[in-house]
Amino acid sequence: MIRDFIKSREAILVGALIALILLVEIRFSGFASPGNLASVFNDTSILIILALGQMLVILTRCIDLSLASNLALTGMVTAMINAAIPGLPVIALIALAIGLGTLMGMFNGILVWKLDIPPIVVTLGTLTIYRGLVFLISGGEWVNSHEMGEAYKALPRLDFLGLPVLSWIAIAVIAGFVILVNRSGLGRAFYAVGGNPHAAVYTGIDVGRTRFAAFTIAGGLAGLCGYLWVSRYAVAYVDVAGGFELDVVAACVIGGISIAGGLGTVTGAVLGALFLGAIKNALPVAGISPFWQLAISGAAIIIAVAFNAQSSRKQGRIILKSAEHPT
Amino acid sequence: MSLAEGTRPRNFPDRLTGRGQRILRSWELLLFVIAVLIFIANTQASPYFLDPWNLSDATFNFTEKSMIAFAMALLIISGEIDLSVAGIIALASTAMGWALQFGVGTPGLVAIGLAVGLLCGAFNGVLVTRLGLPSIVVTIGTMSLFRGISYIVLGDQAFNGYPDSFAWLGRGYVFWVITFELTLFVVFALIYGVVLHKTNFGRHVYTIGNNPVAARFSGIRVERVKMILFLLTGLMSGIAAICLTGRLGSTRPSIAYAWELEVVTMVVLGGVSILGGAGSILGVVIAALVIGMVTFGLGLLNVPGIVMSIFIGALLIGVIALPRLVTKLRRR
Repeated sequence: MIRDFIKSREAILVGALIALILLVEIRFSGFASPGNLASVFNDTSILIILALGQMLVILTRCIDLSLASNLALTGMVTAMINAAIPGLPVIALIALAIGLGTLMGMFNGILVWKLDIPPIVVTLGTLTIYRGLVFLISGGEWVNSHEMGEAYKALPRLDFLGLPVLSWIAIAVIAGFVILVNRSGLGRAFYAVGGNPHAAVYTGIDVGRTRFAAFTIAGGLAGLCGYLWVSRYAVAYVDVAGGFELDVVAACVIGGISIAGGLGTVTGAVLGALFLGAIKNALPVAGISPFWQLAISGAAIIIAVAFNAQSSRKQGRIILKSAEHPT
Repeated sequence: MSLAEGTRPRNFPDRLTGRGQRILRSWELLLFVIAVLIFIANTQASPYFLDPWNLSDATFNFTEKSMIAFAMALLIISGEIDLSVAGIIALASTAMGWALQFGVGTPGLVAIGLAVGLLCGAFNGVLVTRLGLPSIVVTIGTMSLFRGISYIVLGDQAFNGYPDSFAWLGRGYVFWVITFELTLFVVFALIYGVVLHKTNFGRHVYTIGNNPVAARFSGIRVERVKMILFLLTGLMSGIAAICLTGRLGSTRPSIAYAWELEVVTMVVLGGVSILGGAGSILGVVIAALVIGMVTFGLGLLNVPGIVMSIFIGALLIGVIALPRLVTKLRRR
């Protein structure tokens, strides 16, 4: 039954996405052309990757607000190293970005796991710390396009079977997540921890360690996105992706990932990200000032969460749950 | 949000002689010691620190944020959170700037600021209490919505030309170096301290935060109390918007950007449990002073604002991590 319900939620999301695309297409033909849709997907790739990482964290009843700062810091580090040592192969920089991002994710995770500090406090702190470190290492300077190596900038744009490498990376991450979440013990543990931490403990799942794993994976993906973002836009500065952490949470919420944990799918997260991405791309096409974007994504979050609550009716369950475990 | 509430011992602030009370006391003491240490460090680091006018200027670093922090403290103690406060400031400030174009005077502007704050608080409150939505998601949404409306109205423009009587609310002095904002800070600290610690309403807030089910069974109107807290948070954001707009003398949609994080930091640093049910106004007051002095002291040393934010972030994590680390090591 739950399976059917989740399926229908995603069906509604797909419907909303198609309706949005058609609406724009009717007034401004060309938006729904395959080429343009591919470019919308490409534009949304980074949001998709981050939303998937965030999904794991939210599944375990945590939240990671530091992802965008993590992205900015790793992006700046790779850009500065690339500018300083132009000979270094790009693959080494990517490995470094993922490693550095993973370390930052682990730092969040270890504080949540070992010291039991609420995740929102931890990541609120690291949000400002990581962002501040970007300023410290760069001194507030920009790394501009001409300082970066050609290979460094070219990789995400490289064409492979008609799609840019950036899109392929997103597709690979989605595929990896489908396997991780549905076909691995760790993937099921994320759901178990979020669905009912007590029951998870009794089934032999280490709740803290699972949360640590979620933060670590999310951090590694944010590191990867750091390289992708900076190389794609060919500029690195302190405010790269400022406020993007909220877009990521928004994508998850729109995708039907319950902030109470344990509920959500890879398809949902991807659709949520694509929905936001489609809006972002449709606004300039429809001639609406980009200043509308913030209000629209805010309204989308509220409508999505109200809709999700309306259809899932978790209110009664929550009361029972907390009544079952008196302090 | 973290490990389910049942598995961890909790603080019961209303217990007169319990471990909880002692921990809470020592927390405020610890904060106070940190505040004194920072004060001494500041006097050593810069010869300009002890000047009364400089100290008076320093209060602007925390007065507006701490006004919101008082209401936020109550909200967080009750188990909810409002991340849209900075968005409310932007919207209220935009509404006042818009009204200014039609020649509305200072009393009218103040009324509009307060009304917008209340309306935004009511909007959050209705979504959370009537529809039963999680406040963290709702207010992440309204944070974008409120500031987004400011962006729609203003774009890359700005409203300015506020009258002097309005500017006084942000920059004015009541007596010698005592600013109007500092007076408001003291008055609100007293009001919120009394409301939280000396009234039935305050008791209800703690009860709801500790156990909403028990609170409902003991006859507390949980939804109504939460609604009032959201209204208060909105109102305080409106007041902060009035002060800040008066002080800056202009409105841009990016006004008070990311303040919600600083306000929450202030509240949590003040010893309020992010899981709800514990905390005190005294703690928030001391935390406000600590943050204000850190930013001002570093400012005198020409440390850029973004580097200060590293200190604040590290302070937030460090102050919470240290006691837990010590307990953990001691248990072994």
